[in-house]
Amino acid sequence: MQRQVALIKQSLFDQGYLDEQFMALEELQDDANPNFVEEVSALYFKDSARLINNIDQALERGSFDFNRLDSYMHQFKGSSTSIGANKVKAECTMFRDYCRAGNAEGCLRTFQQLKKEHSTLRKKLEHYFQLARQAGPKETARRPK
Amino acid sequence: MAEKLPKLAKANLTALVVDDNSVNQSIHHKLLDRLGIQNDIVCNGKEAVDAHSSGRNYDLILMDMDMPIMNGIQATKRLREMGISCKIAGVTTRADEEEKKEFMDAGLNDFQEKPLTISKLISILQNLELYIVKT
Repeated sequence: MQRQVALIKQSLFDQGYLDEQFMALEELQDDANPNFVEEVSALYFKDSARLINNIDQALERGSFDFNRLDSYMHQFKGSSTSIGANKVKAECTMFRDYCRAGNAEGCLRTFQQLKKEHSTLRKKLEHYFQLARQAGPKETARRPK
Repeated sequence: MAEKLPKLAKANLTALVVDDNSVNQSIHHKLLDRLGIQNDIVCNGKEAVDAHSSGRNYDLILMDMDMPIMNGIQATKRLREMGISCKIAGVTTRADEEEKKEFMDAGLNDFQEKPLTISKLISILQNLELYIVKT
C-alpha cells in the first residue's frame, strides 16, 4: 500500500500536476501535524472555489474588467504557487497575460482550461490523500527523481 | 534540511504573520512553528497596525504586499510612523523591481519572494540577525 501511495505521488510530479513546493510542504509535516499537507490542500480548494466563482460571475456579466479579473487571478496564482499546483499555476499565468493584452477570448479559453486542471488536481489529490490515510503513517518525504 | 533546522524556541522569538490568504497564513504559521517561533496571524495591514496599537510587540513581522483594507506598503509605513522598530520582512509574489523598491522604501528590513520555504525563512532570520550561525 505504501508503495502504491509512493507511485501515485511520483506520477503527480512526473505528469506536472505538482512541483517541488508540494514536497517542501510535506517536509513540514510532523507528529503535531501529520496531515498538514492535506489540511493546507483543503484550504486551497476552498479558497480557489471561491475565486473561480468570482471569476465565473465576472465573465458571465459580459463586461471584461481586466483589472478586476487580473486581481482575482493574482490571488489564485499565489495560492496555487504556495501548494505547488504547477499546471493550475501555469494557466493562471496565461490568463493574466491575456488580461494584460486585453484579450477577452483568450481569457475565456484559458479559464476553461484552468477549471479543468483545477478539477483534475482536486480529484487526484483526494485520491492520493485517501490512500495515504489508509496506508498509515506517512513515509518521510523524498524528492522525486 | 529538516535535521539541520535551528531550534529557536530558547531565543523566545515572536512573529506576526500578515497575510489575507488562508493558505499562506497556514504555511507561514507552520514554518515559524517549526523553528520554534511563537507567532500570531492577522488578515491585513490594518489588523497588524491595530495589534501594535493595542500594545502587542513582535521581533519579526512577515508582511504580505497585496491585502484588502490596508496593503503591506501602507501598513509598513504606518508601523514605522508609529515608532515600531522591529524587523519587517516583505513576502510577496510580486517580483517587479519597481514594486519591490516601493515596498522596501516603505520601511522593510528584508524581502523574500513567495512561496516562503524553510530556507528562505532562515535566510530572513540570518539577514536580520535574529539567528546567528555558530561557527
